[in-house]
Amino acid sequence: MIKIYVPLDSAAIALGADEVAEAILSEAQKRDASVQLVRNGSRGMHWLEPLVEVEQEGKRIGFANVDEGDVSSLFEAGFLTKADHQSCIGEVDAHPFLAKQERLTFARCGIIDPLDIDAYQEHGGLVGLKRAIELNREEIVGDVMLSGLRGRGGAGFPAGIKCKTVSEAEADQKYIVCNADEGDSGTFADRMIMEGDPFCLIEGMAIAGLGVGATKGYIYLRSEYPVALKVLNQAIEIARENNLLGDNVLGSNRAFDLDVFVGAGAYICGEETSLLESLEGKRGQVRAKPPLPALEGLFGKPTLVHNVISLCSVPIILAKGGEYYADYGMGKSKGTLAFQLAGNIAQGGLVEKAFGLSLRTLIEDFGGGTRSGRPFRAVQIGGPLGAYLPEDLLDLPMDYETLAEHGAGVGHGGLVVFDDQVNLREQAHYAFEFCAEESCGKCTPCRVGAVRGTEVMERIAKGEDWAQNMVLLDDLCELMVDGSLCAMGGMTPIPVMSAKKHFPDDFEPDQAARAAE
Amino acid sequence: MRLRISAALNKGMTHQPLDGCVREGEAHAMTEKLHDIIAPYVGETGGLISAMHAVQAELGYLPEDVLPVAADLFNQTKAEVKGVISFYADFRDQRAGANHVRVCVAESCQSVGSRELVTALEERFALKLGETDLARELTIEPVYCLGLCSVSPAAEVNGKLVAKADADKIAERVEA
Repeated sequence: MIKIYVPLDSAAIALGADEVAEAILSEAQKRDASVQLVRNGSRGMHWLEPLVEVEQEGKRIGFANVDEGDVSSLFEAGFLTKADHQSCIGEVDAHPFLAKQERLTFARCGIIDPLDIDAYQEHGGLVGLKRAIELNREEIVGDVMLSGLRGRGGAGFPAGIKCKTVSEAEADQKYIVCNADEGDSGTFADRMIMEGDPFCLIEGMAIAGLGVGATKGYIYLRSEYPVALKVLNQAIEIARENNLLGDNVLGSNRAFDLDVFVGAGAYICGEETSLLESLEGKRGQVRAKPPLPALEGLFGKPTLVHNVISLCSVPIILAKGGEYYADYGMGKSKGTLAFQLAGNIAQGGLVEKAFGLSLRTLIEDFGGGTRSGRPFRAVQIGGPLGAYLPEDLLDLPMDYETLAEHGAGVGHGGLVVFDDQVNLREQAHYAFEFCAEESCGKCTPCRVGAVRGTEVMERIAKGEDWAQNMVLLDDLCELMVDGSLCAMGGMTPIPVMSAKKHFPDDFEPDQAARAAE
Repeated sequence: MRLRISAALNKGMTHQPLDGCVREGEAHAMTEKLHDIIAPYVGETGGLISAMHAVQAELGYLPEDVLPVAADLFNQTKAEVKGVISFYADFRDQRAGANHVRVCVAESCQSVGSRELVTALEERFALKLGETDLARELTIEPVYCLGLCSVSPAAEVNGKLVAKADADKIAERVEA
């Protein structure tokens, strides 16, 4: 029986992986070939998807960009036993894009069948949860503290401190809420791991539950991720059958269970207080802080709200100890980050590396430059609320502090690359449009500021009272930064001001007026 | 406490107990159907939103009648229910066209030509983004990120994801 892997990851499916899987099965049947088809997650080399892998003599040989029409020619070339087809990329693990990575959180993603709990354990799964069961709450939180893990959703708040706050809060009920409302353009790490290694998230949430004394968890999943929803729901059922979840987690006499809640297409619900409102079945309007959700969160109870990747980092931290994780990275940015190469990039995909590598390494070495082949012009880091940076800042090391010094943020680790066809004034304009579209409306600087911003940008584009409107733009941004209730209004000025600072030519009246024509 | 007050308001102001519904035939059947879909979600965490998803999955949209039924079942005012529904982009008050295209208009897709893609689609189908044609055969809508940013531009046609999308690839999947 020969094992063939065809990813079920959304990116692969969107490029025809389902059809390829079907074609392989029917072709194998026609030829009487004995094959076992495994739908794995993606390896993160999305530009090669659908990437079909065949296990040959213990190695996994890859065939890239397979189309359903290629399947019979693959069989013809003997791809079940030989590695000589034009689409063959050799041993997948040896591919430089993967070989140079440091996969801690994504160690299993793309390798195993996401719903095979035995394979999960064979590849290091459940070691962390089993160790957590032997520890008391202080020790679990202590390990997270020691790891130096910071929130991977964008804000970078120390995870250990948040855990400690929830752990020490007194209450009859506490919650773990996983923020899987990954709405930032340029990010897909959450989706990938939920589709490719869902038990990792379940294990991370169970450990977090034991660590802070919470018995109930929710995954707040955006509705744009139907594949992740299907995989998660199946994984949760399997986890319950295997006592990873339930009244007696792995025989520990401690309870933890979780459910998936599907959002309804509101970007703002990625903001933690808005998310909690939505999870309570209300409008996703931002709450004022304090009180912190760690003390008064879901239904007013202490709630640990963490991003998917933060929670998925917990199993390995518990399995190998906080120090092991903290050995990766630099300065106050410990561990690894799942960088996501997106936009106009030749080799789009996921790169998990310790903090500290440069943007240039990511974009040029891993990403292979722009997809269009035209010169690089700008990269937006960390989603729609992230800064646009020019070529001369590409040698900055990727860590929280260094980027903050340059008015940018690592955010979620998503990089959207643009070639020289981009107009940064248009991108600044879009930042306001997006804010106007997605603002929850609770605070005035965001609700009204975003609309005023689009108006100012329109006048700048037309060259109307250009100098005054450029000043007005600065004023408006300052007001939004200082006056907004949450990051939506508070950070929309970041893409705007970074575009204006680093690409002033795009805002010049002549060019602006020309572009508007 | 808040729930109890709103429940009282609801009972006092709406005068639309389910069983005493004066509308006949079809309307009554719709109310009953909605009741059956929504009722299992009462008491669930975030149940109102999940219930609205369920109604939309069944009917393709949220009819006006959803307001009194959901308000009654969830002990809220119709205004509160309306407030929730109107907040979320997923919920629609009219059925989409027989074909439903969503095109990503966020940054990653912009970097590889989604603005041009939208223009091409608008010209091809003679529809603006956000519109449905008169025969209700096609709806084209913007979406903000489908999580396929490494293989942009992204779109979704009748629930199926399309990466490295172009106007031809999308049109092929739209059923005539």
